[in-house]
Amino acid sequence: MAILIKKPNAIKASEITPEPVYLDRRRFMQQSLATGFLLAADAMLPAWAKRWPELSKSVFNTGDEVNSFEDITHYNNFYEFGTGKKDPQKNAGSFNPRPWSIAVEGECDKPGVFNLEDFIKPYALEERIYRLRCVEGWSMVIPWVGFSLADMLKTFAPNSKAKYVEFTTLLDKSRMPGQKRRVLRWPYVEGLRIDEAMNPLPIMAVGLYGDTLPNQNGAPIRLVVPWKYGFKSIKSIVKIRFTETQPRTTWNLSAPKEYGFYSNVNPIVDHPRWSQKKERVIGLPFWAPKRDTELYNGYGEQVAHLYQGMDLRKNF
Amino acid sequence: MRSLRNSRQKNFKKMKSLSQKQVSFIVKPITFLLCSTPFLLLVLDTINNNLGANPVEEMTHQTGEWALRFLLITLAVTPLRKLTGMNWLIKIRRMLGLYAFFYAFMHFITYIWLDQFFDWAEILVDIPKRPFITVGFAAFVLLIPLAFTSTNKMMGRLKKNWQRLHKLVYIIAMLGVLHFLWVVKADTFEPLVYAVILLGLFVFRAIEQRRKN
Repeated sequence: MAILIKKPNAIKASEITPEPVYLDRRRFMQQSLATGFLLAADAMLPAWAKRWPELSKSVFNTGDEVNSFEDITHYNNFYEFGTGKKDPQKNAGSFNPRPWSIAVEGECDKPGVFNLEDFIKPYALEERIYRLRCVEGWSMVIPWVGFSLADMLKTFAPNSKAKYVEFTTLLDKSRMPGQKRRVLRWPYVEGLRIDEAMNPLPIMAVGLYGDTLPNQNGAPIRLVVPWKYGFKSIKSIVKIRFTETQPRTTWNLSAPKEYGFYSNVNPIVDHPRWSQKKERVIGLPFWAPKRDTELYNGYGEQVAHLYQGMDLRKNF
Repeated sequence: MRSLRNSRQKNFKKMKSLSQKQVSFIVKPITFLLCSTPFLLLVLDTINNNLGANPVEEMTHQTGEWALRFLLITLAVTPLRKLTGMNWLIKIRRMLGLYAFFYAFMHFITYIWLDQFFDWAEILVDIPKRPFITVGFAAFVLLIPLAFTSTNKMMGRLKKNWQRLHKLVYIIAMLGVLHFLWVVKADTFEPLVYAVILLGLFVFRAIEQRRKN
């Protein structure tokens, strides 16, 4: 005996979705996702968090395609929260970057200790979309929110002995669990020559994608130096010191032959253990080949003059 | 009480000695499935875009680590057999060794294809120039003759030399651990775990050897 099962009346897709919306479905999806993301982000943000929807765009912004928020916040080198790439996202969630104070010391006329809000206040924030090249051989494009490092440093009136600037990350084992293991010498220290620091490119970043900086990306305030390998861009800064002598920087102390003080992106000078000629572009499908790395990460026009006459193989 | 103990002992004896049928139809298929699981999961994660921001790095790490793990598991068969008396373990050793080769091969292919994109000029410079690649490549090349002589036929043909040839696996394992140790930036914890396990396996063999003499 045949059993007849009546099919429900087929509803045509066109009766549910208006055609214009259907034709524009990709953008519709993107917008819904974006709205959903913003609403979700709103609910999760702590009270001190800020959003900067309208920021002036910098002339230095790269035209390269920007990486997704997901990639930028789930693939990090931030050993204070673990040495795995996913560790910072996993372990930095409970890190509370407030209250936060920053000490400015050393060879300057106006040193002091400032709370973060006062420290940031004098400067106009802007969006800076920079390429980031990691010493490990991958790269991203990141839309930071920040202000000029040079403008900030001038506020403290560095004197004629200030040949270098040294930056130090927070040292607090209880808040940065990665510091319980001596993988590196804590606290993390980085530095720039004063003329590098006074170049218009480096910024102090306090945000990402128009929002407060996520913890795993160096909250609440970090350095971004786009023509140097990523590890120079120190995170979660608590101290800035003007010095006469070259700062003893963390990775340089860890392996002096592998990580120089300068660490400018340079495809010709290999890392002793691997080539720096090419880079894996994060965000492309896995079958995409790598791209050629550029000298000074493509920022030569702005910074090449800083190294005129220097042997880049010796001063790597 | 006594009967319970007896039955337990019987069960234990059963576990120690499995019949040829049990090995062929139960142990081997299960081993095969278990050993291929990491690879199947990796394929699944690749298809589902689940490997994170840098899939190629993830593939490289996973295939490399599984190659090393299977090398150590293979080397653990003899000690485990001697400690537990589970002699049937020897019958899955070949499969475990071949899986070590399989994962090493996938690791090598990932490097040639996805990492270097067949840039032979660069690859041929890399292999001799970068010590960690040199030792990794050496370990892979040395695995090839072991894989090709793993058949019963070859065992019969090579006789005493087969054992001699397959002693290479100790060197391969050492090169593998060194390869891992030399590639990490600052955190040597994981490669050192492998080094300690390998050292343990060597110590066991040294003690065995002395006992025999």
